[in-house]
Amino acid sequence: MGIKVVNLTHIYGKGTAFQQYALKNVNLEIEDGQFIGLIGHTGSGKSTLIQHLNGLLKADSGEIYYNGENIYQDGYDMKALRGKVGLVFQYPEHQLFEVDVFTDVCFGPKNQKLPQEEVEERAREALTMVGLDESYYKQSPFELSGGEKRRVAIAGVLAMKPEVLILDEPTAGLDPKGRDEILDQIAKLHEQKKMTIILVSHSMEDMAKYADRIVVMNHGEKVFDDTPRKVFHHYKELEKMGLAAPQITYIVHALKDAGIPIADDLITVQEARDAILKLLGKEPGTYKDGKRLEKPC
Amino acid sequence: MLREITIGQYYPVDSVLHRMDPRTKLFGTMIFIISLFAAENLWAYILATVFLAAVIRLSRVPFSFMVRGLKAVFILLLISVSFNLFLTSGETVWQMGFLKITKEGIRMAVFMAIRLIYLVIGSSVMTLTTTPNELTDGLEKGLGFLKIVKVPVHEIAMMMSIALRFIPILVEETDKIMKAQMARGADFESGNLIQRAKSMVPLLVPLFISAFRRATDLAMAMEARCYRGGEGRTKMKPLKYKARDRWGYAALFIYLAAVVGTRWLPWIPF
Repeated sequence: MGIKVVNLTHIYGKGTAFQQYALKNVNLEIEDGQFIGLIGHTGSGKSTLIQHLNGLLKADSGEIYYNGENIYQDGYDMKALRGKVGLVFQYPEHQLFEVDVFTDVCFGPKNQKLPQEEVEERAREALTMVGLDESYYKQSPFELSGGEKRRVAIAGVLAMKPEVLILDEPTAGLDPKGRDEILDQIAKLHEQKKMTIILVSHSMEDMAKYADRIVVMNHGEKVFDDTPRKVFHHYKELEKMGLAAPQITYIVHALKDAGIPIADDLITVQEARDAILKLLGKEPGTYKDGKRLEKPC
Repeated sequence: MLREITIGQYYPVDSVLHRMDPRTKLFGTMIFIISLFAAENLWAYILATVFLAAVIRLSRVPFSFMVRGLKAVFILLLISVSFNLFLTSGETVWQMGFLKITKEGIRMAVFMAIRLIYLVIGSSVMTLTTTPNELTDGLEKGLGFLKIVKVPVHEIAMMMSIALRFIPILVEETDKIMKAQMARGADFESGNLIQRAKSMVPLLVPLFISAFRRATDLAMAMEARCYRGGEGRTKMKPLKYKARDRWGYAALFIYLAAVVGTRWLPWIPF
């Protein structure tokens, strides 16, 4: 069923001199189990849009349906919605407050008024999902590293067992290792738990690698909504919006301009590597560090 | 929900009053307040009304913004008016039980109400036409003479401007943390007083941590730029009196003299 957004409009500072459209007639349909990438330059309305999806912000006009039910209808249980649509804000480690990691992760399920055993069970499960073992449970969340803190914060949302997980730039400010770990864990949640993922990111590489659909926002309007390959095909338009295509796409374009017969819609490094190897007459996927591998990886 | 709170209610338009030196405006507000308490008869209040109307006109700020500040002091206004109305002794006009209204009481109550209203509007004019930073600059320079008696004027002014600068940042931060906790099912609005106080913990702890983090960051940034207090420090925009300030001071003194002068004018019965 998923989420359906119909003609969503949100205005900041309505009725004052500073009135501004944050969202303008946005229509969006998100089916269960999709991995959606949401991109757009700063101030394009991405964050405003995702805060509508779990009812933290109320639209000035338009409707949102979650599993076919209008979330703006009278008596709709917003608290239950927030349990089903989990939202991880930017720099989520800033919301940690408890004395130890485990109690902090328990905060969400406890608010759902579950029995104590279930709360702890879920917290344990969520911490395992983000790859933190029992040695972390009794540590103070303020003494962990940046990447660990962020994983605790994400576990805090996962413990509510959301059906949809929205993440606003979950990798901002992390080192490459921390970034890959978090993104791989998100991809795992998507594959194994069949969770719907909405990922906001400025990294086109990550988008190309993980998302199976990309939504592009610009000045509060949805401009593109398609597969990554098709969206990045419009890289010139994306550049005008302050965005870009993955670096590798530019390389294959440059190769093509130089007369090398290569497809110009490649978006991940793997694809490009295989295509280049093929051009060189070598079997793709069998080389690593310049040596021929016995078994293709 | 926190977006509506604004402190430092600067109204950005361009007017003579906006361009005026903050010291002139600070001093002017002081003179105006003194004049209100020096006023003893109707003549003085007429003068104050004319002066205030002229200043409001010059500021080009819509009148509705001036009145906004009155909402905050409404209760205070009500209390002081009723005290004056019921507790002033003199010629009784109306009596019911122990409550009685006297002729002098009515007069005092009306004057007190006018005084308070004008006081609030008068200081609103200053805050509406002066940015918080200009204001602290003005205070620093205007009170500079206190340095002689070892008052750390610069440090106080710096603390004030940092505090003012941090208010919108912390408001935004509160909004963000509140939303993040609401996304985890926190409830800030229902429950009894104790439950509500308890529900503030997930908001206040991260807020304090973030405030301390910002404070250390700022201190570090200031040290990295060799900040060492006010001694020998120059300004990018040094305050300098211009012709309009001289006219301002002249108008102020004439106004004050006129208000004091009304004491010798024939009494207008009221």
